Amino acid sequence: MTSHTPVTRTYAQAAALALTEAMEADVHVLALGEDLGRGGVFGQYRDSDNQPLVKRFGPRRIVDTPISEAAIVGAAVGMALSGLRPVVELRVVDFALCAIDELINQAAKNRFMFGGQGRVPLVARLPIGLWSASAAQHSQSLEAWFTHIPGLTVVAPSTPADNYGLLHSALASGDPVIYMEHKELWGSSGEVTQGVSVPLGKASIVRPGKDLTIVSWSRQVLAAKEAADQLSQDGIEAEVIDLRTLWPWDRGLVLASAARTGNLLVTHEAVQVSGFGAEIAAVVAEETGARVARLGAPRIPVGYAKVLEDEARLFPDKVAAAARKLINR
Amino acid sequence: MVRIRLFEDAAEIASQGGIQAWGLSESAKPALVRGPLHLSTGQEAVAAGVCAHLRHADLLTSTHRGHGHTIAKGASTERMMAELFGRATGYNKGKGGSMHIADFSVGMLGANGVVAAGIPIAAGAAHALKLRQIDAIAVSFFGDGAINRGPFLEALNWAVVYRLPVLFVCEDNQISATTLSAPMTAGSGASSRAESLGIPSITVDGNDVEAVSDAAARLIASVRREEGPRLLHALTYRHKGHVSVDAAAYRDPEDVRRGIAGDPLKRARKKLEEQGLEEEADAIEREVRAEIDAALAAAEAAPYPPIEEAYKDIAGVGEGVWQ
Repeated sequence: MTSHTPVTRTYAQAAALALTEAMEADVHVLALGEDLGRGGVFGQYRDSDNQPLVKRFGPRRIVDTPISEAAIVGAAVGMALSGLRPVVELRVVDFALCAIDELINQAAKNRFMFGGQGRVPLVARLPIGLWSASAAQHSQSLEAWFTHIPGLTVVAPSTPADNYGLLHSALASGDPVIYMEHKELWGSSGEVTQGVSVPLGKASIVRPGKDLTIVSWSRQVLAAKEAADQLSQDGIEAEVIDLRTLWPWDRGLVLASAARTGNLLVTHEAVQVSGFGAEIAAVVAEETGARVARLGAPRIPVGYAKVLEDEARLFPDKVAAAARKLINR
Repeated sequence: MVRIRLFEDAAEIASQGGIQAWGLSESAKPALVRGPLHLSTGQEAVAAGVCAHLRHADLLTSTHRGHGHTIAKGASTERMMAELFGRATGYNKGKGGSMHIADFSVGMLGANGVVAAGIPIAAGAAHALKLRQIDAIAVSFFGDGAINRGPFLEALNWAVVYRLPVLFVCEDNQISATTLSAPMTAGSGASSRAESLGIPSITVDGNDVEAVSDAAARLIASVRREEGPRLLHALTYRHKGHVSVDAAAYRDPEDVRRGIAGDPLKRARKKLEEQGLEEEADAIEREVRAEIDAALAAAEAAPYPPIEEAYKDIAGVGEGVWQ
């Protein structure tokens, strides 16, 4: 990739741009899933002129599929073993549960259980997160399920630039990647520099600070940043780290930050119980002795009514309150 | 067929004393094949009759009962036996065992521990062959139990929608693990379900290797002519239990007697004898017996994988670091 001047793109367009470049560079890259022909249910398979990618690549490479999640992922495993590099669109992570065997037992295990005879270069896009009034089956953040599985890389970008750069790296990785975009970020915009990929496994410090470290990912990074601004008004300087890749996570960066600040708060939109924040908090406590705290959602299904849905949301106030509690503990 | 039978017989003996989960008492000598061993003894004619019409470039997916398909696609019995023994020289470096036996170099993309899971993978492999304009087909073997799982329907529909070069082979041994399939299955089985989706099918006596071969030849020719997916429904019989240490006492002895009486090897041998080819048949058996004996000896002598292998072949990103 050659470097370009930055362009402004939405989070959705940034991914479409990376996919377009990858498909132009390698004829073996293709995308398959429900409603891709009209540009994806969230418009994430449309270019910056709002044209569906199928116009550029045709229906053999932007493949409309039946509502058959097991076949979408199962077939993609077969494609990947036979020389293609499929991107599978599962619409929302909740629907990926219809293909959990194909993701966990087939894609993730293939390379190891067949002794390295083959690899499965497959990117599975599993959008996560609360999304206005979508209730219990369209709002979940299930990243912890996938971080638990050897053989999977798990990615959760929060900005257009990262969505562009991480999708490029995911497509290049050669192994199955669970690629989790946030449904409330599709329309967010930012600068994207073509040719700048973001390596897997590298977090970024989105705000430096000395008093505590806040680790987050996906849309919750925005809440963490706002919370840091609130804390700053009280003289508390929080360092906010956007993990970006959940597995493998950037232990070096997180441990160094927590060792420096002595306090770690992990916050994620997923349910706190058995969430991935627990893993980070445990490792930080084991390795640095820093004080640790977690803030995830209560263990409730996401409700439909706004008052119920909001109960599952972790607004900046809650993050700031958790940070103050940690520091004053 | 002889190679498959003798391989299965040898593996069965080597598995004696294995998998305590089946409630058997521990034997004095640990089993050479430790894990569950799903034998295809009695089903050899399906693997042999279909794979006789496949080429090197054709791709194959199989089931947990996959030794026969792997052998018939051209894999080495020595490396297969080593895998069953959990040795470093096995096809999967000792990481997969019987349930994940595979030889990608001959297009055999893997046995599978999950019923019906290989069917969409074969459809996807066929999809890739079509998109890449490679002159080859994919074949998926599965059992009668698999047709009650969703991926069977999803994959067959998929193959029709994209008009893929794939042959589905239902190796119908009449039993799903340890329960008869008929009372668990609505309708008349794989063929009628395929035909309801517009997939032409042939039902055949799966213990008659020539009948299987003839039917497979017709269906595979059609698949190669890009006429879309086809299904072969082969009726056969599993001589052994679900796993090698399962005595299958739950089966009606009369059914077992009838099933074993239809042994495809005996039937094929009889035909050869009628044609005066007894000596040739004996020679094949002698030759294969020596091959399997050598495979057993090589497997037993081979080293186990080094412990470091537990951390390899997982994923390129962070492999060996992120333990």
